[in-house]
Amino acid sequence: MTLDTTDRAILNRMQDDLPLATHPYAAIAAELGIAENELLSRLTRMKEERIITRFGPFFDAAAMGGAFCLCAMAVPPENFETVLTKVNAHAEVAHNYERTHRLNMWFVLATETPEGIEATADAIERETGIEVLRFPKLQEFFIGFRVAA
Amino acid sequence: MIDANDREIIEALQGGLPLVPAPYAQVAERLSMDEDALLFRLADLKSRGVIRRIAAAPNHYKLGMTSNGMTVWDVEDDHVTELGTQIGLLPFVTHCYERPRALPDWPYNLFAMVHGTDRDEVEEKRAEITAILGDACRAKDILYSTRILKKTGLRLKTKG
Repeated sequence: MTLDTTDRAILNRMQDDLPLATHPYAAIAAELGIAENELLSRLTRMKEERIITRFGPFFDAAAMGGAFCLCAMAVPPENFETVLTKVNAHAEVAHNYERTHRLNMWFVLATETPEGIEATADAIERETGIEVLRFPKLQEFFIGFRVAA
Repeated sequence: MIDANDREIIEALQGGLPLVPAPYAQVAERLSMDEDALLFRLADLKSRGVIRRIAAAPNHYKLGMTSNGMTVWDVEDDHVTELGTQIGLLPFVTHCYERPRALPDWPYNLFAMVHGTDRDEVEEKRAEITAILGDACRAKDILYSTRILKKTGLRLKTKG
């Protein structure tokens, strides 16, 4: 599908926070100068078309007492799919990307306790026989996240 | 830290917020709570940083941002905070972190994610970062993503 100017304005605005109010979408629609039902139908369509992968709260595992950790593995290409199945089977694996490097599998672990990171990474090492390098964040320099539509 | 009620609310919302005129009322009903009580708990979760924001996660690929480069840099430790702050402010950098090195194979301690419509655009942006880091940067690399292997976000285990 193609995005028109209104879709793009919606997508840009919806990457910022939705108000905690009884009719939050009506408030955003008013800001954008469109009707609430038009905003909702466009959002629904963009979600169905997977232009929006998810709409809802972004949780911070660390603030819940848990932890995040970026991890990387050097997976032999011939075993990639087998290893991938084992890694992705862990619910703690929140995102996983194939990347152009000897370290070719990069994933984020999100766990409810700090110990969960080590436990999960160790389990993946045992199951795959491949070292899991761990890159926890030491400092975060502003998270923009937003992408201009 | 989160209590049992927080956990119920998080579980109810981790799949997303309904796209209906009164979404919190609908979630509250599912949880057998008053809408006001739910809004109060959500405001509390936000003030504690458990919820960062309620927003859309766009699909970069579908928006034509098909090139995604994780740029990595070996920056002198004494300068990493100052330089990381500058890099994090660049409009095309979506995430920027200091992370530990994994020597000897991985000398990089600064990670900045850069998106573009193609690799040429990502390389142009990367050159801007190179210029800012100057002599403080001892080594650099870029890792393009070639496939999304999983993208689900945080999932709580069904009862912890």
